[in-house]
Amino acid sequence: MGFYDLIFWLFAFISVASAALMVFSKNVIYSAVGLLFAFFGVAGIYVLLAADFLAIIQIMIYVGGILVLLLFGVMLSHKIGGVQLETGTLHKIPAFIVVGGIFIILFRVISKTVWPLGTAAKEFNPTVEKIGTLLMTDYLIPFEIVSVMLLIALIGAAYIARKERVQ
Amino acid sequence: MLVNFASVLIFILFSVLFVGFNFLLSRFIQPRNPTPLKVSTYECGEISEGDSWIQFNIRFYVIALAFLIFDVEIVFLFPWAVVFKNLGIFSFIEMMVFVFMLLVGLAYVWAKGDLEWDKPKDVPAKEMF
Amino acid sequence: MPVSNIYVTIFQTFPDKIPDTIFTILLMLAGAVGITVLAALLALIGVYLERKISAHMQDRLGPMHVGWHGVIQTLADALKLLLKEDIVPAAADKKLHLLAPFIVFSATIAAFVVLPFSETLVLSNLNVGIFYVVAISSFVVIGIILAGWASNNKWSLLGGMRSAAQIVSFEIPASLSILVVIMAVGSLNLGDIVQFQNGGILHWLIWKSFPFNLIAFIIFFTASLAELNRAPFDLPEAESEIIAGFHTEYSGMKWAIFFLAEYANMFLVAVIASTLFLGGWSSPFGNFMNYGIFSIFWLFVKSFSLIFIQMWLRWTLPRVRVDQLMYTSWKVLTPFAFLCMIGVGLYMIF
Repeated sequence: MGFYDLIFWLFAFISVASAALMVFSKNVIYSAVGLLFAFFGVAGIYVLLAADFLAIIQIMIYVGGILVLLLFGVMLSHKIGGVQLETGTLHKIPAFIVVGGIFIILFRVISKTVWPLGTAAKEFNPTVEKIGTLLMTDYLIPFEIVSVMLLIALIGAAYIARKERVQ
Repeated sequence: MLVNFASVLIFILFSVLFVGFNFLLSRFIQPRNPTPLKVSTYECGEISEGDSWIQFNIRFYVIALAFLIFDVEIVFLFPWAVVFKNLGIFSFIEMMVFVFMLLVGLAYVWAKGDLEWDKPKDVPAKEMF
Repeated sequence: MPVSNIYVTIFQTFPDKIPDTIFTILLMLAGAVGITVLAALLALIGVYLERKISAHMQDRLGPMHVGWHGVIQTLADALKLLLKEDIVPAAADKKLHLLAPFIVFSATIAAFVVLPFSETLVLSNLNVGIFYVVAISSFVVIGIILAGWASNNKWSLLGGMRSAAQIVSFEIPASLSILVVIMAVGSLNLGDIVQFQNGGILHWLIWKSFPFNLIAFIIFFTASLAELNRAPFDLPEAESEIIAGFHTEYSGMKWAIFFLAEYANMFLVAVIASTLFLGGWSSPFGNFMNYGIFSIFWLFVKSFSLIFIQMWLRWTLPRVRVDQLMYTSWKVLTPFAFLCMIGVGLYMIF
């Protein structure tokens, strides 16, 4: 098992363990820390897939933007510890049956699919120039639509926050 | 390229070890004497009451939100800047359309006062007490 | 054309008796040790410089007793901090209280790995060099928020949030202002950026597309000052306002790590600014003194000049209010940064 595999298993372990911490922790801030390390693990896996620009974007936007937003929202509210993990309305056995059924369906679908096994990235070329060129030529319309979507997001979120502030 | 990222990983691991080593070293040679006064929350000499929450100030959230939107825009600006030299005026116009949309967003948030932070009111001194 | 890094040169000088991967890892580890020690040393020197420069600006002498003119003062302080008791408040969240200094320090120092100290001396010649530096500084924000939260102290939390809001607001103009550099060079690699500026002071990127690059440099410098939480933007740390901000409840070695991280960050900003705008390790005299050890010398000369300017600003200007802070970032620096970018684009086309 070469170093590549070793590092992959390391990052996979970090991602999954942090995600488990995030899901099972009763303290919302611990969950946020778990999310931080999950993002970091995913960024590592992106690097191993030769997507260097994507890994850096992952850190910049997810950790630097979304996690900060999440932490601000959580810390400015009051309920931190003792979060109820169960809703109390649905009992355990029907829940088990439904979740188990979905799991079996997904498992069969995944194992029966013929995944196109691409070759692992043999040449690790830098991707930034290709992304830039493609954004300007082949993917121009989605690119401009993204700008409109960002505008809508900004206006919508500012509007909602303004209503809260007035209240 | 992977070699460079491996450098980064080893560096991060080493810095974590460095901090950990310093803490461990300090743990061995420091005195350990927690008195109730020392471990109480510091409030410039006042005794603190109540739990530590702060007033919900939505301005923090709005700033983080605006930052996120512009962060995504910056992520799109970087690859464009890298290929700008080679692609000429048409890519410039395309990017200007993109930037213009977001400048409209900035202008909107500015005009509606979402970027304001509370200005301290100019109250003359004799009215304050 | 990526600059060849130190591994290739060392590989060619040593015969291969150990397997290649182990050798590479040992080299990387040696580089990591070197850079961490360098960063810590620079932080210590920075603290000493700050005390001396502020002293002389305030017409007094500063540390004079410990060593010649107080040179070993910071070392003595660091040793003292090692011996101090680590007081964790009873109400604090112990795990997060311990985690926050790790995140802040690792994130700050992790950016040092891509800095080119000379043509061959760079620990990691990443192709996304400068973008990586921008991304890593967003990691620090999380550490600061966690530090403010973990102390379970109203003032720490408020200080941490304000600090985070400040860093986050000024990150936009800082990132926008480095776009003008990338547009001129066409690569994110820091080594390429410096090679582009090789050949004397007139080739430096601060003079290209005049005056837009100069404005971009000023915007970058100002925004980075605010990201460092340094005066005149040091509201989150202001002693008269909020005690010590997010590191109020930290003592001993943990506080020392925060302090170290802040001064290392200061040096990092200076090196990045000089690499992007002032030519990095290239000599201002063209090919005279432009190789090997002189490259490191030039880089340090430029960085220390910028550090001097940072300290000068700190001890001269008064502190800005928080609403003036946000006004500066969103309503002044960001529009000007966009203007610079558009201006440089037009400049380069026509």
